Amino acid sequence: MSDATAIRSGVPDLTRKPGERRALTDKAFTTFLWVMAVIASVPLFSVLYMLIAKGGGKISLSLFTELPPAGFALDGSGGIGNAIIGTLVMVGIASLISIPVGVLGGLVLGLIAPDSILAKTTRFIAKMLTGFPSILAGVFVYAALVIVMKTYSAVAGGIGLSVLMLPTIILTAEQAVRMVPQRMKDAAIGMGCTPTQTIWKVVLPTAIPGILTGIMLAVAGAAGESAPLLFTALFSYYWMSSLFEPTASLSILIFNFSSMPFEAQIELAWTASLILVLIVLIFNILSRIVGRKRV
Amino acid sequence: MTMTIDPQATELMKNAGITPRSELVAAIEADVNKIYYGDFLAVRDSHIAIEKGKITGFIGPSGCGKSTVLRSLNRMNDLIPIFRLEGSVTFLGQDIYAPNIDPVLVRRNIGMVFQQPNPFSMSIFENVAFGLRLNRYKGNVADKVEQSLRRAGLWEEVKDKLKQNGLSLSGGQQQRLCIARAIATDPTVLLMDEPCSALDPIATRVVEELMLELKEDYTVAIVTHNMQQAQRVADTTAFFSVDISKGGRTGFLVETGPTKELFSNPKQELTRNYLAGEFS
Repeated sequence: MSDATAIRSGVPDLTRKPGERRALTDKAFTTFLWVMAVIASVPLFSVLYMLIAKGGGKISLSLFTELPPAGFALDGSGGIGNAIIGTLVMVGIASLISIPVGVLGGLVLGLIAPDSILAKTTRFIAKMLTGFPSILAGVFVYAALVIVMKTYSAVAGGIGLSVLMLPTIILTAEQAVRMVPQRMKDAAIGMGCTPTQTIWKVVLPTAIPGILTGIMLAVAGAAGESAPLLFTALFSYYWMSSLFEPTASLSILIFNFSSMPFEAQIELAWTASLILVLIVLIFNILSRIVGRKRV
Repeated sequence: MTMTIDPQATELMKNAGITPRSELVAAIEADVNKIYYGDFLAVRDSHIAIEKGKITGFIGPSGCGKSTVLRSLNRMNDLIPIFRLEGSVTFLGQDIYAPNIDPVLVRRNIGMVFQQPNPFSMSIFENVAFGLRLNRYKGNVADKVEQSLRRAGLWEEVKDKLKQNGLSLSGGQQQRLCIARAIATDPTVLLMDEPCSALDPIATRVVEELMLELKEDYTVAIVTHNMQQAQRVADTTAFFSVDISKGGRTGFLVETGPTKELFSNPKQELTRNYLAGEFS
């Protein structure tokens, strides 16, 4: 009783006491966190810095319009035009396959039959595939397609990339569809929507920002992949003339050229790295922008 | 389709001293014997008529099945796979639980306003136009949207921002948007499941006034927790209660009558006790 009155009597002291233990621990932890955050960002920024420093100088129009030099190119000419096109085409092929399949698969998992055996199995395998070694995707397509078609090709490369994009798109689409509130679906059904109309007119439009975020992330990831292309698209020094021939890509160009003894090729590899990072960055930023539109 | 009303025939019948069925029948006649969720008996013995051009209020304690009954009037309960209804619900002469009935068409004729405002994540205009597009409305959609928003008492507040997302509105505005959306397609009956429970008193008053205006053209059935609200808006009131005698919690209709009569002079002991508890 006397304690209680002792505490309550008078005006409580609310002033800051910087020397107190509680305040000191707080300061120490905050400082520690800042230091760690800075350490964590050092590699990120140094990579970016190195790419800009080493590859930034060569960015010019001819970089996008010319073919890579075949051997000695002492004048430092040549570009990576065919590799940029190859990467875009193969990511495009991969998107054509994995976006419809992934989004519709996500609908089944998130809305149509979330508890069915098919959905549970698919979900499990998709989660497993997100950590799938990407080189195995390449080996798989090599065995399934390249050997059968008897040629490396952009199509095989695209399919290899789609194997890696699919799980990301399925799982993010499922999450996005699940995030659509039940009351919105109730409203649609209450208005007299058939199940199909409910999905097309209400669920998908509401979930689209989340689905697009997943697609952009998958695209960014696929653009930077090299392992699946190694066995499927191989490489080419020439402009692409069909989808069924060996095709250049930025990531394989970096891999090939960085180990060459020629200065011009090594420089191109640096520039290609910078371009690749920029492409990935653009898709990441796009994913943030479309994701933010959520209400 | 059985309810083609021939004005001449109606006149003849009136002259003969017969009340024509078209004027006599309720918009909806619910003869609910039992409603099950799986093995659980949720509602029993609730026979109730939703009269044309009137507001019928469903009141009663929590878990008395009033929402369950309301939601079975437009087959919203079909969404729950274990739902099962014994009995019949007749809408303008047709049993909506008959095997040849398309529940989608039932819901297009019997609109619903939910407890939580649930506009779609699209513009205010598109929210109201939604049902019109769904029904391939032939007339001028913009006119109909404006007309519906006006009747829902929302037009003045939103006419300059029809392109804004419906979810950007306040709770009360969202609910009126949902009402506008529901009445845009001119449903015969409007079911309202505690439409004001998520609203503040001012928004509640606005929605209540709206209901009183709507009943000139629509038949309304409303579930409410609020006795005063039932007294303010309902022409007929149905009182539901819970039967816990058999271990479960089974709701049933205790009595129904003109609102004034039910509140001032309830016939059943249960109703009297409930009203006494509520008001004393």
